[in-house]
Amino acid sequence: MNNVFAFAESRFGTIRRAALEAVTAARGVADQTGGQVHAMLAGGPGIASQAAALAAHGADVVLVLEHDAFAHYNPEALTATIAARVKGGYRAAFFAASAQGHDLVARTAAKLGVSYASDVTEFSVSGDAVAVKHPGYTNKVIQSFTLKAAPALISLRAGAVLPRESAKAGAVETISSAVDPASVRVKVTATEKSGGAKLDLGEAPVIVSGGRGLKEPANFKLVEDLAAAFGNAAVGATRAVTDDGWRPHSDQIGQTGRLVSPDLYVACGISGAIQHLAGMRTSKTIVAINKDREAPIFKVADYGVVGDVLQILPVLTEAVKKAKAG
Amino acid sequence: MKIAVCIKRVPDQDVRFKVAPGGKSIDEAGLKFDMSDFDGYAAEVAIQLTEKAGAGEVTVVSVGPDAVQETLRKALSMGAHRAVQLKHDGPVHDGAAIAAALAAELGSGGYDLVLTGRMAVDTQNRSVGAHLAERLGLPYIGAITKLDIEGGTVKARRELEGAYELVECPLPAVLSIDEGIARARYPSLKGIMAAKKKPMDVKPAQLGTAQYVLESVELPPERSGGRIIGEGPDAVPELVRLLKEEAKVL
Ligand SMILES: Cc1cc2nc3c(=O)[nH]c(=O)nc-3n(C[C@H](O)[C@H](O)[C@H](O)COP(=O)(O)OP(=O)(O)OC[C@H]3O[C@@H](n4cnc5c(N)ncnc54)[C@H](O)[C@@H]3O)c2cc1C
Ligand SMILES: Nc1ncnc2c1ncn2[C@@H]1O[C@H](COP(=O)(O)O)[C@@H](O)[C@H]1O
Repeated sequence: MNNVFAFAESRFGTIRRAALEAVTAARGVADQTGGQVHAMLAGGPGIASQAAALAAHGADVVLVLEHDAFAHYNPEALTATIAARVKGGYRAAFFAASAQGHDLVARTAAKLGVSYASDVTEFSVSGDAVAVKHPGYTNKVIQSFTLKAAPALISLRAGAVLPRESAKAGAVETISSAVDPASVRVKVTATEKSGGAKLDLGEAPVIVSGGRGLKEPANFKLVEDLAAAFGNAAVGATRAVTDDGWRPHSDQIGQTGRLVSPDLYVACGISGAIQHLAGMRTSKTIVAINKDREAPIFKVADYGVVGDVLQILPVLTEAVKKAKAG
Repeated sequence: MKIAVCIKRVPDQDVRFKVAPGGKSIDEAGLKFDMSDFDGYAAEVAIQLTEKAGAGEVTVVSVGPDAVQETLRKALSMGAHRAVQLKHDGPVHDGAAIAAALAAELGSGGYDLVLTGRMAVDTQNRSVGAHLAERLGLPYIGAITKLDIEGGTVKARRELEGAYELVECPLPAVLSIDEGIARARYPSLKGIMAAKKKPMDVKPAQLGTAQYVLESVELPPERSGGRIIGEGPDAVPELVRLLKEEAKVL
């Protein structure tokens, strides 16, 4: 009952940073309750190779579900397996507040018939309740909730807990699916990379974003070049450009797109409409480049540069490359 | 096809919210209300499906006080056929409790599709869809950005971080709708007139027990005022210096 569960999200056979965040969070709670951390990995053949990193971040036990039928996300079989596992046996269970984690935590809570806390930025466990915070009202309001459900299921917003090493045994325990993984109703038939971005918007410490001020889709190359110069950056966009098909919808940042808070957000040719600001105003440092001195984006920018983004970006890219090299 | 769409009434988000005295909720004075963005997309998807088929019925359902009738009426004026208010005064923030009320209403309705939004923009919980599907015993696909229905099979696309997945399930099903499929239409004058005659049932909401309770709200710390550091490419060296020395991100 004092044990804590963490789901270690993976894609294409590799764990994601969110997996280490979930395990680190679980370790923190287990150290408080005096229990063990059980981290679960699921994937196609070979996924067991990822167990060591989970042990290094505090997993006492790594539950490995390795089967062809889990090479793609298999939501129903995973839910059944996790629900059977955590029922009654765990104090809390951590998931990532990612596309997959949001889906899985909701399904698991539904299967167990309990409520859960979504997109959590802060949490504390005491007695039989868990106190959490998560943003609401398009990120404009911070809400504090109490969750009185056992186990306490929590999805963690990226960056809410930073991965921390804390080596434990990480004894590998092979588990099997609680239901026939081929007999499920919901089937993922393909998982494909989209866009060119190597880093995910939710995980990247730096985001370079472009808006209509880039004039045409081809000029997003300048944004991508700057992102590449940083090396740890993802590329975002405004709804104006995703609506026009310049960029995929998944790149959209704002009220109805992704909500991000990287260390650095570079807004290129973006006016700073309130719906866009709703998705990025919690970024630690904001840079804005816009030719209109009155653009609202300058009201939230720590460092504003007035001018033509098409001229400024290539110079900035070179300067960042130099700074990175030196 | 019989389709149900779950609609939540929420404050318009294009404002600076204030915290109500006592700190337990936002101050609703002066706020305008409308359907949550994603629920508008879900309503549009449902209406388009019946328009394309030239047959079928769209039922819109909302749990809340009498004010939700205005929001349901808007969905009727967009083209939904009938509305059900599951009456409950006072706020509920627990998605599992709301899903219980929705399931009690929708369970015996013989719906081919039940749609929700990807999330309510006020709570940002993302929980009702999965709970509803479980209670109805139906397959569920969440946060979809594309939808095709071919011979009893749902084919959907979900956006992941930097990737996407294609997902299938049989009908009947519960789906939650993300952005990218359809933009909610503006009701036409004709639609608004027609909506006045469409049925609006009112029933008591059979809410589940809440295990997730909102204790307090606060505003995030304000950003300090913006600062313009220069003009044109000449400002780049200063920008890079600040990123390195002040912001320490380089
Ligand atoms: C319900 C709703 C939800 C929405 N959700 C979102 C959302 O999630 N995300 C989002 O982004 N938007 C959203 N929007 C849209 C939002 O209101 C704005 O329309 C959008 O953000 C504007 O995008 P933009 O800044 O790229 O374009 P614009 O507003 O057209 O701004 C372009 C900017 O580029 C500048 N510019 C032009 N040329 C140059 C140049 N050569 N060099 C430098 N600067 C230049 C201009 O001065 C201008 O400020 C939503 C709107 C609604 C109604
Ligand atoms: N009070 C409500 N009445 C009807 N539908 C709701 C209600 N609350 C939430 N929903 C539906 O559930 C979706 C997800 O809400 P949530 O889980 O709160 O983020 C919303 O987009 C609506 O479709």
